[in-house]
Amino acid sequence: MSTVTQDVRPETPPASPMDRPARSREIKNVIATVVMWLAFLIAVIPLIWILGTVLAKGGNLLLDSHWWLNSQRGITNREVGGGAYHAIIGTLLQAVVCAVIAVPIAVFTAIYLVEYGRGRFARVVSFMVDILTGIPSIVAALFIFAVWVTTLKQDRIGFAVSLSLVLLMIPVVVRSTEEMLKLVPNELREASYALGVPKYKTISRIVLPTAFSGIITGILLGLARVMGETAPLLVLGPYSKSINTDLFSGFMAALPTMINQDRSEAVDPAVNRVWAAALTLIILVMLLNIAGRLIARLSKVSK
Amino acid sequence: MSSITGRSELDVEPSGDDASTGRLGDRIFSGLATGSGAFVVILIVLIAVFLLSQAVPALLDNQANFLTDRVWDLTPGDLRFGIPDLLYVTVASSIMAMLIAVPIAIAVALFLTQYAPKRLATPFGYLVDLLAAVPSIIYGLWGVKVLQPYVDPVQTFIGDYFGWIPFFAPPANTGTVFLASVVLAIMILPIVTALSREVFDQTPLTHKEGALALGATKWEMIRTAVLPFGTGGVISAAMLGLGRALGETIAVTIIVSTNPGLFRFSLFSGGETFASKIANNAAEFDTPTKAGAFIAAGLVLFILTFVVNAAARIIIERRKAFIE
Repeated sequence: MSTVTQDVRPETPPASPMDRPARSREIKNVIATVVMWLAFLIAVIPLIWILGTVLAKGGNLLLDSHWWLNSQRGITNREVGGGAYHAIIGTLLQAVVCAVIAVPIAVFTAIYLVEYGRGRFARVVSFMVDILTGIPSIVAALFIFAVWVTTLKQDRIGFAVSLSLVLLMIPVVVRSTEEMLKLVPNELREASYALGVPKYKTISRIVLPTAFSGIITGILLGLARVMGETAPLLVLGPYSKSINTDLFSGFMAALPTMINQDRSEAVDPAVNRVWAAALTLIILVMLLNIAGRLIARLSKVSK
Repeated sequence: MSSITGRSELDVEPSGDDASTGRLGDRIFSGLATGSGAFVVILIVLIAVFLLSQAVPALLDNQANFLTDRVWDLTPGDLRFGIPDLLYVTVASSIMAMLIAVPIAIAVALFLTQYAPKRLATPFGYLVDLLAAVPSIIYGLWGVKVLQPYVDPVQTFIGDYFGWIPFFAPPANTGTVFLASVVLAIMILPIVTALSREVFDQTPLTHKEGALALGATKWEMIRTAVLPFGTGGVISAAMLGLGRALGETIAVTIIVSTNPGLFRFSLFSGGETFASKIANNAAEFDTPTKAGAFIAAGLVLFILTFVVNAAARIIIERRKAFIE
C-alpha cells in the first residue's frame, strides 16, 4: 500500500463489488431477461398460428352470403355449397336458453355469497362453485344424460344440451358477478340503509345496477365458454344437416358438431366447410369474449 | 374480472346484516339468494349421486375387475371392462402437458408482472388470455392438421436417442399421446399464467425493494423475493391446469388415435383417456348397462378432477389465510 502504487493506478479503477454486480451475475440476469421475453413469444405464437390458419383456410366461404343463409341439407361431402345457418342458429338457441336458466341462478348465488352468506355454509357454497368451475364438460354431459335420458326416458334433444351447458355457465357468471358486487362501495349500501330502505330493495335498486356492467361481462364470457363446448353435444345433441329451431324435438345442429361431423373427411368441399365452420365459431366466441372484456374495462368501478 | 385467488382489495365484509325488515320482499329475496346457493351445493351432490347410481348396476354386472383388468368389452350379458389403460393415458398426458406448460407459464407470468413495459403489460396479458377463448375443438383440429407435421420429427428425435426409456419408446403411429400433451399444454397455459400472474403481482413492494437495495440484480430479486412469495400460488395454478387437462375431451379425442388392443407404455403411441373414450362411444349409449360402463368411467374422471381441484383450492385458501 505504498504511495507509488497509488500513482500508477489506472485512470478507471477496477470494478469493485459495490459498483456493479460480478460478471457471472450480470450474465445470469441477461439470460433471465431473454428467457422471459422468449417465453412470452412462445405463448403468443400458437394464438397467432391458430387464428392465421383458420382465417386462411376458412375465410373464403364466409364471404359468400349462402354461408350465412343456407343449411347443409341435401349437400354431399363432395359437393360445394350450402351454409352454416342451421349450425349457427342451433348454437345460438342452445346458448340463449342455457343463459336464461343459468343467469338468474348464478346472479342470486353471487348475491348470496356477497350480501347474505356468512360462516360455514357460505364457505361450502363458495367451494362448490370452485368445484363446478373444474368439472369437465363431458362429466356435466354424462350427468344430464343420466338424468334426462336414462332416468326420465327423454330423447337426446337441444334442450338437454342447454341443461348441461347450464352447469358450465353458472360458475363463470357467479365468479364475475361476485367480484363486481364486492367492488360496489359499502358507503352506497350504508347510505341506503340509513334512509330506512329494506335490504332487498337496497340490493335490487342500488347494488345490482351499480354492478350491472360486471354482470353483463360475466354473462358474455359465460356464453363464449358454452358456445365452444363440444362434449355435451357429442353425448346429448346429435348433428343434423337441416335447420331445426325446435329445442324440444329432433336432432339439432351446432357449430362444434358441424366441425366434428366432417373433420376426418379428405375431399376438398367438406374440408373447406370444416375450416369455415371453425372460423365462424371462433368469430362468435371471440366477439363475445372481447365485448365482455371491453365492457369490464370501460365501466370499471373506480377504486 | 373475477379474482382467481379469491382475494380482492375490497374483500371486506359488507354491512347490513340487520337491515332485513322481515317484510315479505326481504324474505323472498333472501330465500331466493340462499336457495340459489344451496342449489349449487345440491347440484354437485346430485352429480355424484346420479353418476354413482347409474354406474353401480354396470359395475355389478362387470365380469372383470374394474380397477385392474385391461379390457373394454361391452357385449350384453358378458360385460368386461376395466380402467387401468384409461387412467394411465389420462394421467400421463395431463402430467406431460403440465410439465411443458408450467415452466413457460411461470416465465410468461414473470414477464407480464416484472419485465413487460407497464403500458404494454395489460394488452399482452389479454393476448395470453385470448388463448383460453379458442374453443377446444379448434385446438384439436389445428393440432392434428397443422401442428402434427412439426411435432413428428421431435418425437422421432427423442425416440431415437431416449427410446430406451419406456415413456419414449419410438413412435409407432401418428396421433400420439405426446402430440395431445403439447396441445393440452397450450390450452392450460392461460389458466396457469393467469393465477401465477395474480400471485406474483401481490409480492409486497418492500420485499422487492429490499432485495434491490441489497444490490440484487433483477433476476436475483425475482429469485429471492417474487418466486418464494408465489410458490403456493404457482403450485395451485399448476394443479388447476392439471384438472383442466384431465377432463379435456374433444381436443384429445380428435388428436389421439384409438389404437385398440395395442397398448404400450410410451407417450409416443395412441390410446384413450376417460374423456375421449366416452366421447368416441357417445353414439352407442343404447342400453342402460352399456351407458353405465361409460358413466362409471366418467365417475372416476369426476373424482379425479374433484380431488385435484379441491387440493388446489385448499392450497389457495391456506395461502390466503397466511398472507392476510
